[in-house]
Amino acid sequence: MQLFNCPFCGPRDQSEFTYLREAATIPALDADVAAWQRFVYERDNPCGAHNEWWHHNQGCRQVLEMVRHTQTHEVLEVRPARSAEVAR
Amino acid sequence: MKYSVFSLARQALRGHAGWPMAWRNPEPKKHYDVVVIGGGGHGLATAFYLAKNHGIKNVAVLEKGWIGGGNTGRNTTIVRSNYMLDDNAYFYEWSLKLWHRLSQELNYNVMFSPRGVLNLAHTEGQRDQYFRRGNQMRLNGIDCEWMTRAEIARFVPHLDCSDAARFPIFGGLMQRRGGTARHDAVAWGYARAASALGVDIIQNCEVKGFAREGNRIVSVRTTRGDIGAGQVGIAVAGHSGVVAGLAGLKLPIESHVLQAFVSEPLKPVIDTVITYGAGHFYVSQSDKGEMVMGGDLDFYPSYSQKGNLPILQEAVACGLQMFPILSRVRMLRHWGGIMDMSLDGSPIISKTPIDNFYLNGGWCYGGFKATPASGWVFAHTIAHDAPHALNRPHTLERFETGKVIDDKGAGPTAQWH
Repeated sequence: MQLFNCPFCGPRDQSEFTYLREAATIPALDADVAAWQRFVYERDNPCGAHNEWWHHNQGCRQVLEMVRHTQTHEVLEVRPARSAEVAR
Repeated sequence: MKYSVFSLARQALRGHAGWPMAWRNPEPKKHYDVVVIGGGGHGLATAFYLAKNHGIKNVAVLEKGWIGGGNTGRNTTIVRSNYMLDDNAYFYEWSLKLWHRLSQELNYNVMFSPRGVLNLAHTEGQRDQYFRRGNQMRLNGIDCEWMTRAEIARFVPHLDCSDAARFPIFGGLMQRRGGTARHDAVAWGYARAASALGVDIIQNCEVKGFAREGNRIVSVRTTRGDIGAGQVGIAVAGHSGVVAGLAGLKLPIESHVLQAFVSEPLKPVIDTVITYGAGHFYVSQSDKGEMVMGGDLDFYPSYSQKGNLPILQEAVACGLQMFPILSRVRMLRHWGGIMDMSLDGSPIISKTPIDNFYLNGGWCYGGFKATPASGWVFAHTIAHDAPHALNRPHTLERFETGKVIDDKGAGPTAQWH
């Protein structure tokens, strides 16, 4: 079982976390449809380092931004997601 | 060589030493009219129908590894067409019709076995939803019937149909024309039939990039040299985003790992395909006797072709709730495949913003059953530079226009489909 190093809770079992989606900048509410279409539907989906939002839903319930390698599953970085981007 | 009882007898008398290679292994030519990237079932079927239906025979299929080594050889071999929305129903129903005569068409035994696909319902709400889908299927002319708990208990004797079950069974939605096929044979059969029509199958040939002139692709850079191309189609499943990325496209697809596993071989126990409705689990028994099982995605993006144990545990728990008699069966092996999860759960078989570049991807869990129709309509799309009636709705633009095909109603979250 893989451990994720939660910045609030320390190392925790991966099964405590839920993957939300690829991290991205949420468009402004009055942004044009194309910007929203890109945000909702387009994905980088790389085979390699990937910026992701994860929810520590069975721990501190914070949303985290992780850089994770999609082939090795190695977590390269983990930090709290910036609240303005996720909560809006 | 045509396979028949006569060729079998002839070869038997010669000690089976005279069988030719099933397909040629040519060096790549400098230029092809059509280059299909991806030598799985979909890519090979596309090449086969390009040659057979459209007379386009100067075709190459480029495969990074070996034929049958990707998702075509990694799935749970289920074939069905029990979809609700018209756009998917018509497409998958055409696929199912092609399955029923595929062995004859390819002169290769794909071991298609229409043993029925039964979806169990465990709550009243689920029953009502199955009624709705079942009625919609029947309106579309697709076979489907409701089975009561008593009927299911007779049909699948080892299934726990008692009131003591953790989630007692209400009934189930049955499609009798569905079933299973031998997945490797599908790849091999299409490869052999395409090769016989003149298609070059180039294995160990990984695509590294594209050379463009204006809004066209003129050649494909590969580990076996540059290959000129009149048109390029990609059918690379989990690697759709990577290969499309080489051409500068971003897709509405996320790649996730899905596990499958088989038990040690048993004597015949389950002679249908059966899915659990109170969790996500599906099981059938292979001709070798192994229980072939699958469940949920691992629920995070991955290109690793191997999964984690919690999903295995959850799937097996579902299996034991259905079939307590399997409690002492040992697992033989498990593996993962990379699913191209589209953001509405339906495939994309489409032209792209690049003039001569075509996309076949976004198959989610369901690519295997689609193999014949996918090749059929993708070949049409490439040959006519326009979609077939069956894949006209499956465009890349639907994510811009909002006309998405969301059979499950799960919304734009890849892993929920």
